[in-house]
Amino acid sequence: MASTDEIRSDLADIVNEVAGVPADDVKMDKSFVDDLDVDSLSMVEVVVAAEEKFDVKIPDDEVKNLKTVGDAVAYIERAQTG
Amino acid sequence: MSTATNRTVVITGLGTTSPVGGDVSTTWQALLDGTSGVARLGQDWAEQLNTQIAAEAAVDPTEVLERVKARRLDRSAQFAVIAAKEAWTDAGLASDDGEDRRVDPDRLGVACASGIGGVHTLLGNYDVLHEKGPRRVSPLSIPMLMPNSPAANIGLDVDARAGVHTPVSACASGNEGIALAVDMIRLGRADVVLAGGTEAAIHPLPMAAFGNMMALSKRNDDPEAASRPWDVDRDGFVLGEGAGILVLESEEHATARGARVYAAVAGAGITADSHDIAQPDPKGLGATRAIKRALAESGLEPGDIRHINAHATSTPLGDVAEALAIRTALGSATDDVVMTATKSMTGHLLGAAGALESIATVLALHHRVVPPTINLDQQDEAVDLDIATKQRDLPAGDLAALNNSFGFGGHNVALAFRTA
Repeated sequence: MASTDEIRSDLADIVNEVAGVPADDVKMDKSFVDDLDVDSLSMVEVVVAAEEKFDVKIPDDEVKNLKTVGDAVAYIERAQTG
Repeated sequence: MSTATNRTVVITGLGTTSPVGGDVSTTWQALLDGTSGVARLGQDWAEQLNTQIAAEAAVDPTEVLERVKARRLDRSAQFAVIAAKEAWTDAGLASDDGEDRRVDPDRLGVACASGIGGVHTLLGNYDVLHEKGPRRVSPLSIPMLMPNSPAANIGLDVDARAGVHTPVSACASGNEGIALAVDMIRLGRADVVLAGGTEAAIHPLPMAAFGNMMALSKRNDDPEAASRPWDVDRDGFVLGEGAGILVLESEEHATARGARVYAAVAGAGITADSHDIAQPDPKGLGATRAIKRALAESGLEPGDIRHINAHATSTPLGDVAEALAIRTALGSATDDVVMTATKSMTGHLLGAAGALESIATVLALHHRVVPPTINLDQQDEAVDLDIATKQRDLPAGDLAALNNSFGFGGHNVALAFRTA
């Protein structure tokens, strides 16, 4: 089981790959849209890449609740243990 | 208020990324030097095809574009935005902070053609669909594969708001883009238009399909000699890729900002064969009418035409039909025309061909030198034209030139240019 920071770090790499945001900027309190400038299509790419990386399902209805990096990390942790 | 005018349209900027160079100066020098951009394909998929050669871009676009921008663009759009940026800068329109202040966005348009659209994105995501399922299909697929994506992305880069267009007429598309831009300026819809075409179709499916049409050269053992327009041993075209973009501008707009003018677009002639979906009219009647219309619209006489950059793709039928069309349209004045087929070096860029060859035509007028046709070892007897096989100088004084492009579907577009 990956630790919280490992998940954040892996997610940061995905956001960097998809949107070009420096991985170090992808911190738990950052908003994908407002702080990291990840647009809606890029967010779908991030979600799909995260599903593959972490072997979880993130339903489309859930994506709108993932406002911050912390929201996404918490969801992935729950999904992995659930 | 848009009203038809007789405004003179001039060319103030050029941009390309082509099989023989990553920009205009490199490409032009390679053309003058008679350099072939054709090579054997290194991709694994090529081994199963009858044709294993192509004219790939000399500079890979992902080496030029910032990584995140590149991954959001189909290869065809990557070429287009690179060429457009060069043209925009060449026209003196790019300021240091990247924000143009010399063209009103509401008077700035784009007409960037494509023959085939974003096939790498479409077919690549079809593979993903089959291998990994629908969830893995990129949400960017549609904005990347749509044929208007290159034009739209150019428009976003330069803030064009007068209208953004994508003419689609197979291998005549690039010329049609330029013809549309002329109309936009003459109708008063825009003062400046980024016009041309782009194509990125070196992929196994189009290669297999063109091959099965018997359209491609199979000279795999001698790639640089494969594209040989008008030669008796020609056996089909060589697929190329890249983009060409020209900045077209009303003369008064160009004069007001003190822009350097390469040449003027004198006029365009557009016709359709209504003969066959893929074969050219064997007598080239549609092409003849296109050339005559271009002359009429331009107010030019056959004797004014001293140079033609031909469509001449190196196919057995097409090269002869075009030669007949030129002689029918220009009559005895054909004898004074220096012909060239730059496809002998660049291969056939499909929807970008007319744009790249218009750049070559404009530079030929500007520098008064015609690039050679390579690989013309023995001219087909059915082709009664004076073809430059080495660099040939053009005379001083006012002169005009044509660039022909013809496409599957029976599309014919002749553009007439004249010295500025």
